[in-house]
Amino acid sequence: MKYSIFSLARNAWSGHKNWQPAWRSPDPKPDYDVIIVGGGGHGLATAYYLAKVHGITNVAVLEKGYLGSGNIGRNTTIIRSNYLLPGNNPFYEKSLQLWEGLEQDFNFNAMVSQRGVVNLFHSDGQRDAYVRRGNAMRIHGVDAEIIDQHSLRDMLPFLNFDNGRFPIMGGLMQRRGGTVRHDAVAWGFARGADMRGVDVIQHCEVTGIRREKGKVVGVETSKGFIGCKKLGLAAAGNSTTVAKMAGLELPIESHVLQAFVSEGIKPWLDNVVTFGVGHFYISQSDKGGLVFGGDIDGYNSYAQRGNLPMVEHVVECGLAMMPSLSRARVLRSWGGIMDMSMDGSPIIDKTDIDNLYLNAGWCYGGFKATPASGWCFAHTIANDAPHELNSAMRLDRFRTGYVMDETAHGAQANLH
Amino acid sequence: MTSFRFDTGGLIDRSSVIDFSFDGRTLTGHGGDTLASALLANGQLLMGRSFKYHRPRSVITAGAAEPNALMEIGEGGRLEPNTRATMQEIYDGLVAKSQNRWPTLDRDFGAINSIASSLFVAGFYYKTFMWPKKFWEAIYEPIIRRAAGLGHLSHEDDPDRYEKAYAHCDVLVVGSGPTGLMAALSAARSGASVILADEHASCGGSLLREREEIAGQPGHEWAAGTLAELAAMSNVTIMARTTVIGAYDQGVFGALERVQKHVAVPDHDVPVEKLWRIVAKACVMATGAEERPIVFGGNDRPGVMTASAMRAYANQYAVAAGRSACVFTASDSGYRTARDMKAHGVHVEAIIDARSDAPEIDTDGVPVLTGAVVTNVDGGKHAMKAIEIDRGSGHETIPCQSLAMSGGWSPVVHLACHQGARPSWDEDAYCFMPPLNNPAIIPAGSANAVWSLSKCLADGAARGEQAAKLAGFKTRKTPVPKAKDETSHTSAPVWWVKQSTGKPFVDYQNDVTAKDLPLAAREGYDHIELAKRYTTSGMATDQGKLGNVNAIGILADATGKDMHEIGTTTFRPFYTPVSFGALGGQHVDAHFRPVRMSPLHNWAADLGAEFVETGLWYRSSWFPRDGDDWLAAMTREVLNTRAHVGLCDVSTLGKIDIKGKDATEFINRLYSNAFAKLPVGKARYGLMLREDGFVGDDGTTSRLSENHYFMTTTTGHAAETMRDIEFAHQALWPELDVQYASVTDQWAQMAIAGPKARDVLAKIVDTDLSNDAFGFLAAKQVRVLGSIPAMLFRISFSGELAYELAVPAGYGEAVANAIMHAGEPYGIGPYGLEALSAMRIEKGFVTHNEINGRVTAGDVGMGRMLSKKKDYIGRMMSERDGLDDPDREQLVGVKPLNPANRFRAGSHLVNLGDKPSLKTDQGYVSSVAYSPMLESWVGLAMLKHGRERHGQKVMLWDGLRDVYMEAEVCDPVFFDPAQEKAHG
Amino acid sequence: MAYLINCPYCGPRTTDEFYIKGDASKQRPDTIGDGTLDTWHDYVHIRENVRGRMAEHWHHTGGCRQWLVVERDTVSHEIYAVTPASTWATSRKGSSTAARKKPARKTAARKATGRKTGGRAKT
Repeated sequence: MKYSIFSLARNAWSGHKNWQPAWRSPDPKPDYDVIIVGGGGHGLATAYYLAKVHGITNVAVLEKGYLGSGNIGRNTTIIRSNYLLPGNNPFYEKSLQLWEGLEQDFNFNAMVSQRGVVNLFHSDGQRDAYVRRGNAMRIHGVDAEIIDQHSLRDMLPFLNFDNGRFPIMGGLMQRRGGTVRHDAVAWGFARGADMRGVDVIQHCEVTGIRREKGKVVGVETSKGFIGCKKLGLAAAGNSTTVAKMAGLELPIESHVLQAFVSEGIKPWLDNVVTFGVGHFYISQSDKGGLVFGGDIDGYNSYAQRGNLPMVEHVVECGLAMMPSLSRARVLRSWGGIMDMSMDGSPIIDKTDIDNLYLNAGWCYGGFKATPASGWCFAHTIANDAPHELNSAMRLDRFRTGYVMDETAHGAQANLH
Repeated sequence: MTSFRFDTGGLIDRSSVIDFSFDGRTLTGHGGDTLASALLANGQLLMGRSFKYHRPRSVITAGAAEPNALMEIGEGGRLEPNTRATMQEIYDGLVAKSQNRWPTLDRDFGAINSIASSLFVAGFYYKTFMWPKKFWEAIYEPIIRRAAGLGHLSHEDDPDRYEKAYAHCDVLVVGSGPTGLMAALSAARSGASVILADEHASCGGSLLREREEIAGQPGHEWAAGTLAELAAMSNVTIMARTTVIGAYDQGVFGALERVQKHVAVPDHDVPVEKLWRIVAKACVMATGAEERPIVFGGNDRPGVMTASAMRAYANQYAVAAGRSACVFTASDSGYRTARDMKAHGVHVEAIIDARSDAPEIDTDGVPVLTGAVVTNVDGGKHAMKAIEIDRGSGHETIPCQSLAMSGGWSPVVHLACHQGARPSWDEDAYCFMPPLNNPAIIPAGSANAVWSLSKCLADGAARGEQAAKLAGFKTRKTPVPKAKDETSHTSAPVWWVKQSTGKPFVDYQNDVTAKDLPLAAREGYDHIELAKRYTTSGMATDQGKLGNVNAIGILADATGKDMHEIGTTTFRPFYTPVSFGALGGQHVDAHFRPVRMSPLHNWAADLGAEFVETGLWYRSSWFPRDGDDWLAAMTREVLNTRAHVGLCDVSTLGKIDIKGKDATEFINRLYSNAFAKLPVGKARYGLMLREDGFVGDDGTTSRLSENHYFMTTTTGHAAETMRDIEFAHQALWPELDVQYASVTDQWAQMAIAGPKARDVLAKIVDTDLSNDAFGFLAAKQVRVLGSIPAMLFRISFSGELAYELAVPAGYGEAVANAIMHAGEPYGIGPYGLEALSAMRIEKGFVTHNEINGRVTAGDVGMGRMLSKKKDYIGRMMSERDGLDDPDREQLVGVKPLNPANRFRAGSHLVNLGDKPSLKTDQGYVSSVAYSPMLESWVGLAMLKHGRERHGQKVMLWDGLRDVYMEAEVCDPVFFDPAQEKAHG
Repeated sequence: MAYLINCPYCGPRTTDEFYIKGDASKQRPDTIGDGTLDTWHDYVHIRENVRGRMAEHWHHTGGCRQWLVVERDTVSHEIYAVTPASTWATSRKGSSTAARKKPARKTAARKATGRKTGGRAKT
């Protein structure tokens, strides 16, 4: 059933009793052309694009929990393509372009809101680094603007221009950046994939990867063995655990990232704003809550929760940037498990093991990448070779030295 | 206007009259009132509007779970949205305003949403607002944003102060009801240090709200006596107005104390709120239980509230929502309310008991209708008129002005769940029980489904002893006072009165009705987490404290699963919302981060320096004269230094003192270039890689004696490098006999540079400075001004004949002044960071602008500094192909063809004639300065194949600023390439 | 974890006094040259990323400035042991001479953690 105001009115007339499930709840078939492990945003997007772009519909997405139970539902919903490095920037720009048409494409309102992302800078050196990044965006045709302090005062007069410990000198702005209703992305992709024949199988945990003569032939699951011609792993947070089943060791650590939402308030903040001293980013959801976050807690963790010191640290940064946040109240904090890669950039690649493909290492930038990640991973699986857009996101780059270190912190996972 | 205050009774102080305002109307209340009770006393039943349908709402609870009575409190920078009127104490001059309504609470335009409510079902917005595409951001979203949200947050700065503190105890008792009091008492009597925290203004919990007797006294009097006993014990701290908001690892609890939220004019020397981090060996969770509403038509009408809330308002505050009441119950709590209300003179029409097998309970003469349900409530904004009931034989109407409801009790399990464990459904107690996986968090009393008063007292005593034992104390049995018990039959809950004719609400604030949940399940959102996200049930400011269990019950019913299979959503901090102010504490404005000031700060300030923030440091940036700008000042300082002599504060450089038998070997493993044969009395420039082979930091290290070195790092990486050195020794090579200490703050360091530097220094240093005795890269411990111990280095970051002189920090200012005095005849002048930077760019020296963490030694022309003869940090990884690729960008100089054309760092480089694109991008400009010597803007850049391209022309491309110019690629050393001056 | 780290030198301290580097399970290779790149790559980049008990390098930056090895559970956040990194490294190198050189540290560690740290096997 196509969603529209008309279908809504029609169903209202019949007391909303005739809505069909957004997706089926199929039992697994004995085998598939492609199995994707992980029913989060990236896994569902991969299945969607496998079906839509490559016509591969004999596909199953296996999810150990409920649909979208991973980081697709535990992030701060920001989308942007303001990346510096040539191996990253075109990929994220592709993602932003996909976001721009996504809702009409999969017939689900994910509330894509291009309200603009502003990165503040506080020193000459930081300004120069942002200018370099902004020029890297512009040279690729991506929108970027440098905003001086005067214009910034007009736009966000309640920033701490006058009493701050560090001066707010200006910002780099990407107007096409913004926010998306995160859960809706998982649901939209799931519904879109399901409509094209993909089996989205929830509560089906992969417990082993079966190989014959070295090649992957299927997966052991809590619902029995399921065969496949190709296997794609998209289980960020738990990539190590799943890859280990195939004997693959990864340059990844799992870390906890907390995020937060305030009580709902009337419109208070129209853009996404990030602080340049410490780490803090904030936007206001359409429902009214201020959604914000900062650094990972810093220790390896598979628990989806963090501790109070990082909460305090994040809030201190928020107040340093916007003192009038003081009387807003933080309603809830949550934690997600991040696949922190050793250079801070993701991996979308085929592996050395035949029929096994890997999508991992998203650190805490995975949400904005969801459509392009699915799109590129689908391409990589369908063609047994990466697309140009993910050609730098290789697994062997750590060995060869062609790393993509956006934050320039080197091989220490918790610094990215 | 049916609500009113009783003539007598309650625990309020009728002698104190407090004026406050609500929506501009001045009202009065008494000491001990909450805003909610005072409003009820003034006949103000209508207190708020719901989120989606803007339905008129009044209080449902008398506590922290309140979803409806949220208000804006205060004015200006003190404006505080979404304050629960049930928790806010009134004070003289309190200004409260209703919220989420326009133009007024009484006449709210948004209420027309109710008319279209059949369209606004769960998830409706996911299905529409998609066409035309542009309309979402232009029209739909702005309208939705304005309609959504609750109260207003000010953009003004908060004038009040906040604080954070630690507290330590053996036993933390959360909640001061009968269970908590007994737990605190028994733990304290064992000698354990006890903190007793309660979220309310007065301790006592339910004892303040119920008509009960303990040890022959009214409950509240017994509570007061027990509190007095506890307060007299030196090992007990009682913290009222303190909400324990979260349980974290290793027995740390977060708690929020509302220190001055109940006073008209906060004392500025005292915080308004205080965030406590309480470290406890054991915690007794005596958090009580939340009474569940019943989901039936019109259960949100003003006048409907939980049975326990109705009792609390009557018993503690002496107010009622109406002069007549009915009770709709599926538990014994309703009977108690009927009796209490009757005792206060409220006419109780009937008890409607949903249980067909309702037990025989004393009703004090109030008629009981068993096996009956309420299907609708007839009432308006300001008064309830009647309820509609169904006894299985059609609908009947009972007129009444208020309705108490009780769907049973849910233990408040949050703290036991914050570390990831989930509660489990108990088939006998009909509630979710707290998990017991953390032995140090001990649920007690009704938080553990212990329902009767006498059992709660006993359980409290036992759990207090258990906690004290866990904390290592010997305990004795605490005598438990006698109490008269109410009945507490457990009965199967009624999740949803399906024959309701009005709207039955599950989540009040978010306007989620009972029908939304089966709809979500029908559409595939059948997991509780999906149903929550799709319907928003449990996502309001009360986080589902009231509605979640009902939602789970309705979903279980809709999907044919049992409660256990459905389970709960995740309990996460905070228990109740916490202000940003409290979480930030004192770290605001200038106090956000500490300030580091060089020992020469005052020297520079006296000379009129402008300072710039560099990390935590304030560094002297330029020294304006006669009001000239930074460019003119910098130019003057460079010209003076290059022609005569200048003094610059370089104290912020990281300084590390390294000693020990193996110091040489250790340093040799840290730097990529050779250090093993550095002679005593010499300094050497060294390059440090990270273990991944990229450049980490650079600096000079001097050998002062056989086993004594003095290392400098960059300002920005000083802390990191120190930590890396400590790691290298302690974690990698502990067998090396070496000691090290950061001495950054112990030494004031100044650069004296320029052709006259030697002449000036000779006047204050007791050593031969001739080239023969103290040549380029010499290093030596000397004395200045006759007696001050110092270190002198012949190193130059300006390219001039230069020295760096380090003196103990306390002497810094005096020595700098002495040098300025000695240098006067030679024309000495101070120079700042801007001049320092311009001179290093003229000389092609790199800083972290160039070695930015993605750069190799080869990239910046230091490939030869990678020793092939030893292991050092980063050695092997620096040999990877990717770090040695000939296509990598290399350090060059760039000069615009027109020297007056200013260009900026961050510009990219494109070959002339190429269309700028990612593919044609050739690199970027890392540093730019105006060179007074070349009288041109010059820059350092990273350019593909750069070293082969000196003399070529490129385009400097700054699309961001729309500035483009042609420039010539050149050697990065613009000035004195033969190094004659430095060696002079 | 983590909220409180029981520093062998300073006692229980909150996490914000510490800097965390990460996995301490791998030993820095002691050979260089041709054919060792894979070993180095493994040391620098590849992580076991244990679900359960793991050892991690923490630095008590806001205290004694000692590097510690914190053994903790990555799921429950329980802390099992905190050992000075030098003791940990020495015992793993199997060097008894180095251990003898630093009796003070060894004692401190033993006192605080209540366990013998000298003969720790690789976990």
